[in-house]
Amino acid sequence: MHTENLTEILRQHPFLAGLSETHMQVLIGCASNVRFAEGAPLIHEGEIANKFYLVRAGRIALETDVNARGKIRIQTVGPGDVLGWSWLISPYRWHFNALAVADVRAVALDGECLRKKCEDDRDFGYEMLSRFSQVMERRLEATRIQLLDLYTTDPGARV
Amino acid sequence: MTHETVHAPAASREGVRLYPVTVKKVIWETDDTFTLQIDLGALGDTFSFLPGQFNMLYVFGLGEAAISISSDASESGTLAHTIHRVGTVTSGLAQVKRGDVIGLRGPFGTGWPITAARGKDVCIVAGGIGLAPLRPVMYAMLQERTAFERIILLYGARSPLDILYRVELEEWAKEHNVEVLVTVDRGDSSWKGYIGVVTTLFSYIKLDARATVGYLCGPETMMKYTIDEMGRRGLAEDQIYLSMERNMKCAVGFCGHCQYGPEFICKDGPVFALPRIRHLLDRKEL
Repeated sequence: MHTENLTEILRQHPFLAGLSETHMQVLIGCASNVRFAEGAPLIHEGEIANKFYLVRAGRIALETDVNARGKIRIQTVGPGDVLGWSWLISPYRWHFNALAVADVRAVALDGECLRKKCEDDRDFGYEMLSRFSQVMERRLEATRIQLLDLYTTDPGARV
Repeated sequence: MTHETVHAPAASREGVRLYPVTVKKVIWETDDTFTLQIDLGALGDTFSFLPGQFNMLYVFGLGEAAISISSDASESGTLAHTIHRVGTVTSGLAQVKRGDVIGLRGPFGTGWPITAARGKDVCIVAGGIGLAPLRPVMYAMLQERTAFERIILLYGARSPLDILYRVELEEWAKEHNVEVLVTVDRGDSSWKGYIGVVTTLFSYIKLDARATVGYLCGPETMMKYTIDEMGRRGLAEDQIYLSMERNMKCAVGFCGHCQYGPEFICKDGPVFALPRIRHLLDRKEL
């Protein structure tokens, strides 16, 4: 794919809204367009986390193995979402499995390449970290609500 | 926008009289939630309700429970209530069979302000059994589909097995141009839909904040986070309406059982414009 097309695709992704042209050019050198058919794995738990994905279309399920209970599906991500931040945090290993549950189109960003660019250009590194912090904060909030098990009726409301 | 709440005509709020009605059909929607279809008999000639209102259903010898009406308000002679079996009375209701007689008082409370959404987009956010009181709104809007712009339904359930009205959800999406997004808190490998809390679904829709009315019904915590999410997306508070839930006894504002600050959920609600109760939502003692 032409770099111009990829730049346009990246510009349209909510995660990169408002990113400066300079930083976009830094980022684009680590980006590639990818597709995954339904059922294809994107991430394997325990393996080295060397990339993240900006999802453009489709749906990806995050799963984890819980011994006797088998694979538990925890969360899905879809268009406009970001998949994966373990590439950013030592020891750079995935904590979940991820697989496409509907055909996926995404942009893959090479984690090793980006880490080096973050080290070389601290402004760029700060920009990435602040954007990922927001993703993490929203994901954490959603997980907290999920843990509340809201649809269980309160004892006081049982009639 | 001036927010409004729809009150029923005064005559239909004189609801202390109990009417015997006959169970026509029992439909199990999930393992613990069922819909009772009721034949109103002679009452059917005069009974009418607003989408969002509730009835008190009486199981003889057990007691009463406030249950939202989940059927089409334009149908006469029959009613449906979708009930989550969680306590003594609702377990009693779960035991009734076709032909059994139960008691009914109602209808009570305020309705959804459907006219406020005419010519606009509507974003309905429901959680769990909260979809039941919103179903009559869907019926009403679909009967004059062209009077509304986009209709978006974001629905969260505990698990795929807890999803209510599956067939209708599909039908609304396919045949009535409703944007239906369903998510569950807990999925398994057979579930290919969304997993996560209902607020995460906002990432997958684009809201025209100035031209959207929001209707919310579900657990209070879910509604609080939904209000925050709608606020982030620019919806003004007077464009948001929500249905509150409390245990109700008299249903006519006498007993105080459902008092919520200065409001009585049974007669001032259950449907409120958000500005009216915004200051009460974060109070722990309520």
